Amino acid sequence: MAPILRINDLRKTYKGGFEALKGVTLDIEEGEILALLGPNGAGKTTLISTICGITVPTSGTAVVAGHDTVIDYRKARDLIGLVPQEINLEPFETVWNTVRLTRGLFGKRRDDALLEKILRRLSLWDKKSSRIKELSGGMKRRVLIAKALSHEPRVLFLDEPTAGVDVELRKDMWEIVADLKADGVTIILTTHYIEEAEAISDRVGVIDDGQLLLLEEKEHLMARMGKKHLHIDLREPLSAIPPGLSDHDLRLEDDGCTLIYTYDTKKDRTGITTLLSALAAEGIILRDLSTRQSSLEEIFVGLVKEGAA
Amino acid sequence: MNFAAVFAIYRYEMMRFFRTLLQSFISPVISTSLYFVVFGTAIGSRIQEVDGISYGAFIVPGLIMLSVIMQSISNASFAIYFPKFIGTIYELLSAPVNFLEIVLGYVGAAATKSLFIGLVILGTASIFVDLQIAHPFAMIAFLVLTCVSFALMGFIIGIWAGNFEQLQLVPLLIVTPLVFLGGSFYSISMLPPVWQTITMFNPVVYLISGFRWAFFDMADVPIGMSLLAIAAFTGLCMAIVWWIFRTGWRIRA
Repeated sequence: MAPILRINDLRKTYKGGFEALKGVTLDIEEGEILALLGPNGAGKTTLISTICGITVPTSGTAVVAGHDTVIDYRKARDLIGLVPQEINLEPFETVWNTVRLTRGLFGKRRDDALLEKILRRLSLWDKKSSRIKELSGGMKRRVLIAKALSHEPRVLFLDEPTAGVDVELRKDMWEIVADLKADGVTIILTTHYIEEAEAISDRVGVIDDGQLLLLEEKEHLMARMGKKHLHIDLREPLSAIPPGLSDHDLRLEDDGCTLIYTYDTKKDRTGITTLLSALAAEGIILRDLSTRQSSLEEIFVGLVKEGAA
Repeated sequence: MNFAAVFAIYRYEMMRFFRTLLQSFISPVISTSLYFVVFGTAIGSRIQEVDGISYGAFIVPGLIMLSVIMQSISNASFAIYFPKFIGTIYELLSAPVNFLEIVLGYVGAAATKSLFIGLVILGTASIFVDLQIAHPFAMIAFLVLTCVSFALMGFIIGIWAGNFEQLQLVPLLIVTPLVFLGGSFYSISMLPPVWQTITMFNPVVYLISGFRWAFFDMADVPIGMSLLAIAAFTGLCMAIVWWIFRTGWRIRA
């Protein structure tokens, strides 16, 4: 099946010469949740804005279900819902009117039953006649989501949906995203929070300095994260790893004072017991033990640093 | 053509107007009444007649034009500037609408509002003076054209403006003097010859003159010239709007 969104060598250079996107190429499958991770100013919002029509790409293409977002913009935008990062809502308008406006802008016929369903699902129904300025921050964010869903998009962009949102609301938001995925909506979300990407995405992309540094199935990434390191501090330094320990994935560090054993936490047998027995058999005396795990954050920071180097 | 979007924008903008209907209605009534007290009574008692028309009646077309022009500009400029200011413009830019549809929605709503105000002023004026309209259809046509063309101008100002001060700059510094010096309260023929010539460079003169012709069948400039002037002005505004649409100037990075 063809991807629902194909981004090909998308570039954006602003007037002052700042290159916000340096050729991003990315395919997104229908029904998946892609999390785009990256630091501030990485180009995440520019990428979304360029696909959605808020900024004009300098070169390259973005194609939604076969429709180019520049040439065939009506059909392309018809399929896209956008939840912006900032809470951009008219404060004096009611929830109902602002959601209805969005549906109208997308050329869709009035459908009060659908809007009611969306508002109920987002726990906004009893606020439908409230003015936006009377709502809490979390509620306003829901209104933005309701607006984006009001025209029944197939692809939904969530630009940092949980920025500045408390933990409980963040979990709520994750549930909403999971619900939408169950309905077959393709979701692309940007986030600073690694646990968010871990919790809800199918794939994770890391973007920095206008470039996509990594794009991987979350499971693969988690498998990479699943590696753990056992640090064994020795009383006497070793000059080399004894031949009797060559079967184990070991390396020597810290001038021979530390042995590092890498193992997979997801395996039934980590090999730690065998290793410790082997160490005892070799007559090696241990001073201390500790384990460390490389987090997605470390992978992410490493990639960002590599990109900057 | 996404007519649903045009209607959605139009409806949304008109709802803002209906929310404040009372003040939309009362403020032109009060300001027109004040103009009649000051100009009609105080000055009118000395001038009495202009070209055979009572001064009170003579200033009615100018008064309507003054309010309609200012209202059209401020309604349309605010309507498009406000979404830019609070960030809701993202929605227009990411919706499957083209610039023409956006313009139709906003300019249509702004023009409707000022047309309503123009008619309220006309109604209020008819309480103070005995009004006869020689060419009612031409009067309505002139009024609608003025509402639309100045709403277009307001739209351009709203797109251009980077802050609230700039939003007020053109109406206060350029439009108000042009309207006041455009024969709203006097006939061009009352001016010294040099000023008569200078005044002819003021585009508003042609509008007010044409509008006055629709009321009293008399004008400072030929009616054909007035029609040409308003057509040229509307055309110019449309061309600028088209250019904005082509380039995305000040709205799309």
